Order: sequence, then structure tokens, then C-alpha cells
Amino acid sequence: MEITIIIPLLAAAVQSGTPILYATLGEIITEKSGVLNLGVEGAMIIGALAGFIVSRYTGSPVLGFFAAGIAGSFATSIHGVVCLWFQGNQVVSGLALTILGAGLANYLGTSYVGLSAPGFSPFAVPLLSTIPVLGPIFFNHDILVYISYCIPPVMCLFFSSTRFGLGLRAAGEYPAAATAAGLNVLAYRWFGILAGGFLMGLGGAYLSLAYTHLWTTNLTGGRGWIAVALVIFAFWRPGRAVLGAYLFGSVMALQLRLQALGTQVPSSILLMLPYVLTVFVLVMSSWRKKTNEEPAALGVNVEPVG
Amino acid sequence: MKRQEPLSVGGSCLVLLSALILSLLLSGLLLFLRGTPPVDGIVTLFQGAFGSRWAIEDSILKAIPIFLCSLGVAIAFRLQIWNIGAEGQFALGAIGATWVALSFPQWPKIALLPAMVLAAAVAGGGWGMIPAILRQRLKTNEIIVTLMMNYIAILFLEYLVYGVWKDPTSFGFPMTPEFTEQAIVGKIGTTSINWGLAHCLILGVLVWGFFKFTRTGFEVKACGDNVRAARYAGLPYDRLVVLVMVLSGALAGWAGFLEASATVNRLQPSIMVGYGYTAIVVAWLARLHPLSIGIASFLLAGLRVGVENIQLDLQVPAAFGGIIEGLILLTVLAGGFFTHYRLVRGKK
Repeated sequence: MEITIIIPLLAAAVQSGTPILYATLGEIITEKSGVLNLGVEGAMIIGALAGFIVSRYTGSPVLGFFAAGIAGSFATSIHGVVCLWFQGNQVVSGLALTILGAGLANYLGTSYVGLSAPGFSPFAVPLLSTIPVLGPIFFNHDILVYISYCIPPVMCLFFSSTRFGLGLRAAGEYPAAATAAGLNVLAYRWFGILAGGFLMGLGGAYLSLAYTHLWTTNLTGGRGWIAVALVIFAFWRPGRAVLGAYLFGSVMALQLRLQALGTQVPSSILLMLPYVLTVFVLVMSSWRKKTNEEPAALGVNVEPVG
Repeated sequence: MKRQEPLSVGGSCLVLLSALILSLLLSGLLLFLRGTPPVDGIVTLFQGAFGSRWAIEDSILKAIPIFLCSLGVAIAFRLQIWNIGAEGQFALGAIGATWVALSFPQWPKIALLPAMVLAAAVAGGGWGMIPAILRQRLKTNEIIVTLMMNYIAILFLEYLVYGVWKDPTSFGFPMTPEFTEQAIVGKIGTTSINWGLAHCLILGVLVWGFFKFTRTGFEVKACGDNVRAARYAGLPYDRLVVLVMVLSGALAGWAGFLEASATVNRLQPSIMVGYGYTAIVVAWLARLHPLSIGIASFLLAGLRVGVENIQLDLQVPAAFGGIIEGLILLTVLAGGFFTHYRLVRGKK
């Protein structure tokens, strides 16, 4: 009896965790380059809307998915202009991006509320989906979930074994030394912002094209902020981000299940769960933090040369 | 590009003005994209905000909660503590005040209103104290904790008005019963503006005096400018973190009290319209100075009223207000560059 409840629940957890995973991985790239981007929520919702509109008009969710990534990069490029070119405060600029993104998405999306667009549907991976327990949990989803499985290992390799990845980390750890070594810190940071924004946009698209195929206002509902918290929980490591994202996914899935079952617990209290968990997870990770793994120059602007 | 001495007041104002004009131009462009004539739109917006006695009164009315929240946010920002939680502290303030108003409805006004203020300040301040203590003890990131606590506070408010505090005669609407007359902050003369405006003036002067004349205020400023140096000089940074967050939360809580008592006369979810986030825009726009916060609150409150107007007249979605707020904040941030740097022609 337990198995028949738990397996669908865990499968739902992977699904709810995926948009958060994309966004968290995006924020990890950005923060590794030394830029704190609190505008994840804004980039996600702009990506979600762009993906939805493109998919609706072209009929191709694949095009929508890429459009979402590009829109996410476009959104975070605003943060780049303000912080990298104009030396603006990174905390406030990220907040402004969140306010602007939510405004833009709700403004441009008003006429689409309640409409649907072609999205992605789940399919079972041959062979892998027949593995007992793991198969139905991990290999009976849509293509976007499978893509998200590939990103963390690629990111780990990128950070540890490529010249460019090491340069990016140097820009986030010790920009002055990186500059002295002949690296273009600003270029690495631009890459961190744009690549991160691309992933955040994809996370948004997951919400509008796979999780639901509908457009509603405030579709992201704080997931971008959860992603910012998960970066800290993950100690800036892509592998741990996966763990964190699925942890949140399970809580969200559980909350939906409980609501559907009609428990005595009021829905407002159930809806609090992910936010309470975020605070809890942050407290736990600051409790256990022995070594400081935060990029040393995170949030510190680099003065333009000249 | 060259570093230069900070610009004079006139120069800074010029930069600020250009930033505001740029964000209005960009907003006009967005109106144009949607097929709304941009000039008409902006004119309607300003008329709606400041074009009549009724409009100005409404703008002042909305400026009251924004001003108090922003004053609180500014105190925390002075210490470089990023309190994004005004929205939640505002909700807790409204909840605290409502609890008193519903529990002791028959107390005389002279006792009930101060008790409500106290409850609001304690609830809001307490809500602000949690992230402060977490930060002080465990270095937990206060930005995310305060933000998450906003979501929690709003849901808690909803839980109360949908559940235990729901008015049995409200036909299912989520709201508490109306407060008794003693629990309501009245209006000034024949205007629609409530006496909360006077609270703003007094609290604004107090906060100004706190930074100008008190030792603690000076310590907050010193720590905010350079934490390491201030710690080295023996300033109690950790205690200041808790203090500013409590003050910050108490002020936002006070705003919540006024909104429940004076504006809607009860507790209902519709009071949560994002004043706490607008307060951040205002604080930054005003460079954390109380007088400027007053002016900026009035302007951004006007923007909200104006957006309601173009929503009615030109069917522009309400989210347009968020866009302008975001644009203003971004252009002002970018504009700050020109107060510290000068672009120079020629080779490096």
C-alpha cells in the first residue's frame, strides 16, 4: 500500500523540483562568477511568459523552450548593465529585476490568462523506466526533466576541468588577481549572468510548458527565491542543488496531495510549508557551515579599468 | 572613465531627474507596444495621481503606509542589513492591532488605540527580530529569511481571516468583523486623510533625530559605512543588527496598524498590496533620508493612484505600476554611477 502512494509522490516531487533545479543551477553559475543576482524570480517569470507565447504562436514547445532561455538571459542582462557597467548595488538591482519582471510578465500576459499553449508531455524512457522503483520515479517524465539530469554533471566538469570554468571561478573568488593574470573579469561575469539567466528562463518555461500548459498570473510563486536559498544550501555545488531541489519538490508535491485528500489542516497553513522549509534549510546550512564556500568576491563590484 | 568626487546636491538631483524621465520614457514605450497612446497614458496617470483634490488626498492616504515601511527599511539599510521583510512585518502589525481591537472592543479610545499601536509594534518588531537573531547567531542570510517570512506572514493573515477571526455575517468574504468606533483612527477634518499622517510626521522627525543626535544612531551609521573598522573600534555591531531590525519591523507594524484601523476598519487580505516592496524602492530613491523618503513616498503613492486611473480609463493592466517602479529603481541605481564617475574621451 505504501509503495503505491510513495512512488507517484516521489515522481511528482521530481516534477515539482525541476523548475527550481534549473533556476538554482543558473544562480550557481552567476554567483560563481562573483555576481549576486536576486532577480531569479523576475528572470523565471519572464522566461515562463516568453516560452508560453512563442509556443502558442508557433505551435512548437521546443522553440518556446529556447525562447524562454533567451528571454531569461535578456532579463538578467539588465542586471548586468546596472551592476557591471554602472556599478549599481547588486542586492537592490536584483530586487528591482524581480519587481520589473513580475510587472512585465503580468502586464504583457494579461490577455493570455487562462489560455493554454502546446507543451511537453511525459514519455517513458525505454529500458530505464522498467527499473523497479527508480524507473517510475525518474524515467517517466517529459524531455525537460531528462535534460535537467544532464546539466549538473556538465557544470561540475565545467567548473573543475575547463580553462573557462576556472577563469569564471577566479573572477568570483579574487577578481584583482584574475585581472593581473590577464583574464577579462568583466567578460566572465557577463557570461555568468547570461548563462545563469538562460537556465532561469528555462526553469520558468518548465512551469508554463510542462508543469502546467496554462498561463496564470504569479506563476512562479516564490520559486525563484527558493532557488536563491538553495544555492546556499547546496554550498554552490551543482550536485547538492539536485538534492535540495527534489527536497522542495517533495514538500510541494506532498502539500498538493494533502490538499487533494481534503485534510483538516487549513490550506493557508499547508501553503506555508515550502517557505518555512526554506528558512529551516537556511538555518541548518548556516549551522553546519564549517568552511566558507561562498565565492569570496560575491556581490562585490569590479571597478572598470581606464 | 574617471573616478571623481561625489557630485553636489544639484548634480545629484539632475541625475535623479534624468533617471526618472528615462523610466517614464521606457514606460511610455511599453504603453505604445500595447497600442495605448503613450502621451495620453502618462498624462492620465499624472492627472489621476495629482490632478484633483480627491486624487491628492488618495495619494497622501497611500503614502502613509509606504512612508512608515520605508522609514523602517531605511534604518536597516543604513547598517547594510537588507530587510526585504517590510511586507510581512506590516502584516504582523495589522494582525497584532486587530487582536487587541477584537479582544477589548469596549475599552475607551484613549486606551485602546495606544494598546493597538503597542501590539502592532511588538508583533512587527518581533517578526523583524527573528531574522536578526538568526543572522547574529548563525550568519543566516537575512535577505532570504525576511523574504520567506513575508510569504509566511501573508498566509498566516489569510489563515486568520478565513478561519478563526472570520466575521460570521460577512457572507463568506474573508474578513474580520468591523472594528468598534474606539478602535478606529479618525480622519482629519473634512478630508479623507486620517490622523496617521500626524504619526508619520512625528515618527519621521524621531528617526531623523535618532541618526542626527543619538549615540546609537551614530554607531549604526558608522557600522554601516565600514563594519570592520567599527568593530575594531569596539562598536556593538551584533546588538545593533537586532536593534535596527526591531525598529524596522515596529515601524512597518505601525503602518499595518494604521491600514487596518484607519483605512479598512477591519482586517482583510486586501490590505496586502505590496507597500512593503514599494517601500524599498522609496528608501533607495530617497537615499535613506527621512525627508526625502516623505517626498518619494508621496510620488510613488501617486504612481499607484495614477495607475488605478489609467486602468479605468485606458484598460492598462495594474501590473504597469510594478513596471514603472522597477524601471525607476534600475535607472536610479545606474544613475548613481554618474555621481561617482565621469566619462572621459580619449584612449586609456
